[in-house]
Amino acid sequence: MSDLLQVRDLHVKFVTPDRTVNAVNGVSFDVKRGETLGILGESGSGKSVTLRSILRLHPEHRTRWGGSIKLEGDEILTMGRSALSDLRGQRVAMIFQEPATAFDPVFTIGHQIAETVRRHTGKGEADSWKRARELLEMVRIPSPAQRLKAYPHEMSGGMRQRAMIALALSCNPALLLADEPTTALDATVQIQVLLLIRELQREFNVGVIFVTHDIGVAVEVSDRIGVMYAGKIVELAPVEQMVDAPRHPYSRGLLASTVHDGMRGQRLEAIPGAPPDLAEVPTGCSFAPRCKFVQPSCVARPPDLRDVGGSHLVRCVLADALEASVAA
Amino acid sequence: MDALMPREDRGGPAQPLLLAQGLRKHFPVPGGLLGRSGKVVRAVDDLSLSVAKGETLGVVGESGCGKSTVARLLIRLIKPDRGTMVLDGDPVDEPHGITINELRRQVQMVFQDSYASLNPRLTIAETLAFAPRAHGLPASEARARVRDLLDKVGLDPENYAGRYPHELSGGQRQRVNIARALALRPRLIILDEAVSALDKSVEAQVLNMLVDLKTELGLTYIFISHDLNVVQYLSDRVLVMYLGKIVELGSVEAIYGNPQHPYTRALLSARPSMEPRRRTKEAPIQGDPPNPIDPPSGCRFRTRCPFAEDVCARVEPPLADTGAQAVACHMRVAGSGHSKAAAP
Ligand SMILES: Nc1ncnc2c1ncn2[C@@H]1O[C@H](COP(=O)(O)OP(=O)(O)OP(=O)(O)O)[C@@H](O)[C@H]1O
Ligand SMILES: Nc1ncnc2c1ncn2[C@@H]1O[C@H](COP(=O)(O)OP(=O)(O)OP(=O)(O)O)[C@@H](O)[C@H]1O
Ligand code: SF4
Ligand code: SF4
Ligand SMILES: [Mg+2]
Ligand SMILES: [Mg+2]
Repeated sequence: MSDLLQVRDLHVKFVTPDRTVNAVNGVSFDVKRGETLGILGESGSGKSVTLRSILRLHPEHRTRWGGSIKLEGDEILTMGRSALSDLRGQRVAMIFQEPATAFDPVFTIGHQIAETVRRHTGKGEADSWKRARELLEMVRIPSPAQRLKAYPHEMSGGMRQRAMIALALSCNPALLLADEPTTALDATVQIQVLLLIRELQREFNVGVIFVTHDIGVAVEVSDRIGVMYAGKIVELAPVEQMVDAPRHPYSRGLLASTVHDGMRGQRLEAIPGAPPDLAEVPTGCSFAPRCKFVQPSCVARPPDLRDVGGSHLVRCVLADALEASVAA
Repeated sequence: MDALMPREDRGGPAQPLLLAQGLRKHFPVPGGLLGRSGKVVRAVDDLSLSVAKGETLGVVGESGCGKSTVARLLIRLIKPDRGTMVLDGDPVDEPHGITINELRRQVQMVFQDSYASLNPRLTIAETLAFAPRAHGLPASEARARVRDLLDKVGLDPENYAGRYPHELSGGQRQRVNIARALALRPRLIILDEAVSALDKSVEAQVLNMLVDLKTELGLTYIFISHDLNVVQYLSDRVLVMYLGKIVELGSVEAIYGNPQHPYTRALLSARPSMEPRRRTKEAPIQGDPPNPIDPPSGCRFRTRCPFAEDVCARVEPPLADTGAQAVACHMRVAGSGHSKAAAP
């Protein structure tokens, strides 16, 4: 598997007259074809900003960029207009929490998918509709021939989400960006959509970046998981490693404070405090104010993301010392 | 009667704190001629429940199954089409019973949206003092109560009393909402997705606090959530709803350890696995929940149930006691006509 996407030291800052938000503060990762990278983090940690950066979807005039994002070797941050529209229309597709934003309410689902297929492949009218139907079948929409004629509002939440996945795959992208696509769905529907994404990912051999705040969801879909905190990846590891032996105090805290089977009657190990304000550029470890292991070296300068072996990266001065202690 | 003292226990520990019988709420569906389609959403249909003193009753079910409608019926934010309620022996809104105002003092509610439920123009202290003042508590005592409430929910009064809602984080705002619910010293608190919008690390703080407050103040909770893990963590008994109906009701051990209704089983096994080596291979049920406007005849779950038979479309299964739990499924009713049911 070769690297499909390379993100290096990405910085994204939003500047408006009244405030500055340092949303992403040095994020680096790779995604290979056929692999799913899960990005896990709490609200405001910079997951969506990171993801949207890959399509350069931020308001041009008030976004300050740093670093590099390369798709199959092409630099996205300096890409010209036509290459960018190529990127957005064909090479990278995105699905979100709210499928309503992906569809135009005045056209049928079939029309919108067929139109995308036609634009992308140059197929004729009939062939495009045939392909649209196949795509609806592929995402397990029952009676796809009828559903082609449905308007977005005539479908249930789960169906619309499937239709959005069909639309995303209609241009045969190399990379699929998923921003909490199952968060608004009911439990029994969410699991169906997660399994579908997993299966289609294999079938189409796309790279997937799956953003979520739900550890269980990340574990279901990811090959590797990156944990984000205050605009940085603080830990990145294969999913088994992340669940069995998280090293960063924040990842450990997150796992320990997530309620699951068998915790009844126990006191939860909550992380005290709240995430930092993103107005300032961090001068040390952003987690320091909440960390029970904090020491002077943590606040002297921001810790680096270090490889502790087995493709396991940790951004903490105690990365090695914390190895021996029992996992959270 | 001093409205500001904690209410005495009346019927003793064995008398349920709250009993609801045959609650029903149907909402008209707008549309059609004259804006009335004649159709109704059967949000809650003939639902009965009891809440024991000091327990936490969990309520789970998918979006739109009627959880919030039940909550709003129980504090009479909306009027039931039908049904009765009894609070610690006193019928609610009946000649010899207690008034709705009294009900709303003893039963308080906390909602999911911490921001929308606070007045942005009032400081935290003003918000918390509002109800006690309206009930006649003198200003100096109200100030003391505000300090006490903030202490109870873990917010330093010096630091927080003078702040406005937008100067708080989501977790802090939810603490204020909980403090406000405690302001009139209620006996029952209904928490409707009260921690659902919080980040996990903050959610854990608030859950710990809810556990502490319950012990300290002798409270009873109804805890509504779509998060099955959190409900399991907090609840003594659990009620599972599907399309406006109770499908299963029992102790937390019975519901999570030995679920009987096919829907409860599906819901529990739809939880994402936390074990990467044992990921979910197959979704427990297919399809989406049907529209509550025209729910399926007979058993409302039959369109997604792998065990559905003729009788399921014809007859509505009663909520039948099976010992450890009550289950609404023909497979559990002897002689129902379902091939998996015991002989009559
Ligand atoms: N266009 C923008 N202008 C200014 N600030 C922004 C913009 N987009 C995002 N932000 C800010 O950047 C920070 C990171 O936001 P982001 O949306 O990436 O969070 P997230 O991790 O996706 O959180 P959530 O789980 O809530 O979706 C937040 O403080 C957010 O308010
Ligand atoms: N005021 C209303 N008017 C019309 N329909 C309503 C009203 N309130 C609720 N409903 C409908 O009643 C049904 C039950 O809604 P309710 O809010 O009780 O569900 P819920 O279980 O709380 O869902 P969620 O998990 O999404 O909060 C839904 O179909 C809803 O659309
Ligand atoms: S670098 Fe220091 S403060 Fe940051 S997580 Fe590690 S031990 Fe804690
Ligand atoms: S009554 Fe019939 S359809 Fe309903 S849950 Fe039982 S077996 Fe399934
Ligand atoms: Mg986001
Ligand atoms: Mg609700």
